[in-house]
Amino acid sequence: MLPEQLHHHPSAVALGEFDPEAITGGKCDRGELTLEIEPARIVAVCRYLKATRRFNRLSSVTAVDRYPMEPRFEVVYHLHSLERNERIRLKCRAGGESPEIDSVTPVWRGADWYEREVFDLFGIRFRNHPNLTRILMPEDWQGHPLRKDFPTHGHKYGYQGE
Amino acid sequence: MSDQTTPAEPDAQPAVEPPPETEASTRRMIINMGPQHPSTHGVLRVLLDLNGETIARARPDIGYLHTGIEKQCEDLNWQQVVTLTDRVDYLANLSNNLCYALAVEKLLGLEIPPKGQWMRVLLAELTRIGSHAVWLGTHAMDVGALTVFFYTFREREELLKIFEMFSGQRLMTSYIRPGGLALEPPRGWEKVVRKFVQEMPGHIDEYENLLTHNPIFLERTRGVSRVPVAEMLDLGITGPLIRAAGIPWDARKDEPYSSYEKFDFKVPTRQGNDIYARYLVRMEEMRESTRICRQALDGMPEGDWKADAPKVVLPDREKMKTQMEALIYHFKIVSEGFRVPEGEVYQVVESPRGELAYYIVSDGGTKPYRFFMRTPSFANIQALPALLEGGLIADAIAAMGSLDFVLGDCDR
Repeated sequence: MLPEQLHHHPSAVALGEFDPEAITGGKCDRGELTLEIEPARIVAVCRYLKATRRFNRLSSVTAVDRYPMEPRFEVVYHLHSLERNERIRLKCRAGGESPEIDSVTPVWRGADWYEREVFDLFGIRFRNHPNLTRILMPEDWQGHPLRKDFPTHGHKYGYQGE
Repeated sequence: MSDQTTPAEPDAQPAVEPPPETEASTRRMIINMGPQHPSTHGVLRVLLDLNGETIARARPDIGYLHTGIEKQCEDLNWQQVVTLTDRVDYLANLSNNLCYALAVEKLLGLEIPPKGQWMRVLLAELTRIGSHAVWLGTHAMDVGALTVFFYTFREREELLKIFEMFSGQRLMTSYIRPGGLALEPPRGWEKVVRKFVQEMPGHIDEYENLLTHNPIFLERTRGVSRVPVAEMLDLGITGPLIRAAGIPWDARKDEPYSSYEKFDFKVPTRQGNDIYARYLVRMEEMRESTRICRQALDGMPEGDWKADAPKVVLPDREKMKTQMEALIYHFKIVSEGFRVPEGEVYQVVESPRGELAYYIVSDGGTKPYRFFMRTPSFANIQALPALLEGGLIADAIAAMGSLDFVLGDCDR
């Protein structure tokens, strides 16, 4: 359901009309609109926003680790409409032993590397991704560095004292 | 220079005819370009599948410069993070400083006095000139015009001296900080910057004399490496590349920050959508940047250059010696760091390479909870196959040069 405070946001209202079940929450903080989306519907929501609301550019895909909360990951999408100069942030929760979410590469090709980066650094798998391999870390790297339970100094070479 | 007209934009047909299918041309060959290839200006590896002379497929391989900056940011105080933002895009460090400062100020709800904002605009535009100068020199060198490099690095040297004058550092300036600037602008800075800004248009004329009508340069760049506009947007390309394809999107105009709305400047666009159009767009951007700098010099507001926020901004050295509170705040900021209210922001600025955005999540503590950098080079290198595929291998270097990527910016 669309929260009360977002009833004057045309994009949020339109999305609420398109699929009332898709929005699980949201806020408008410091002038930035955030919508929480049901993870199973993310591709349909993105497709709708691109086709109908003209969000023709995907600025980035990233994730936030809320460890030890469960589901621990937030996958964050930043969409941008060049015509209306409007930005919107979508968030999906992912968690469990092997976190998974559908890939949005069929909607924007540019999501490819961003999703690979999230996979590489957070270990979230993207279903239907054309080439889900590590992108920044070496291919034989163990673990996912941006997880909060991964020490900044690493496991192998880092400072072992204290 | 000014009495000559710019050559007409080339017509829309692709300049490269696909070679005829012979036995030799159908044999596939894979070439490994990089990671130490000089024309990548960093460490980037590109695997090229060749069909004769034509590139059938290009696969960029990145990560050689990955230093885990995002992870390190989560481990540093808010004011320590500034030093890492320099190291992301080392040719546009002040744009990165600015993006970070604006993001933190948005989280804090902090307003910067006009002089601070104008100084930031001035420095960001000088950075743009410097970055484009390095791009121009190296790009021209890649396509065979060695002389330009010496001209552009002469101006870059002047710029680095200016940055050193301001911050004490040539490259890793860390000069724009949350809450204002790191130090008071030095005595006599106006004279030095004004001299540079006055001389710069003449220097840009010199570059244009060397390249704009140079037959070899035209031959190498016109009609090469075209990508359909829709594909560019789909791939997330930003910056001079989409402006050379006719889309006038520029964060400085469309999502103004740091008083850019008070400046009079044009967003240069071209319709050519080839390497030559990208060159023309960047040349005009340098001219526009000098215009912005001149306006900033002429209209520089009076007043303070940092915000009146003792809990965030380090106090004056003099005050610390005489006032108890100043000493306490200094101790708190330096030891524990300041706290930033809970929340998240996505701050966009126009870096010389395109849309630079920092997504910062704060949990109310003294360190960023999550720090994501949406860097223009990452998205632009992702689009590299679109620029290369179908073209000739000899054009690959020119096409890569026209992207103007920085590998530190890409790998973080």
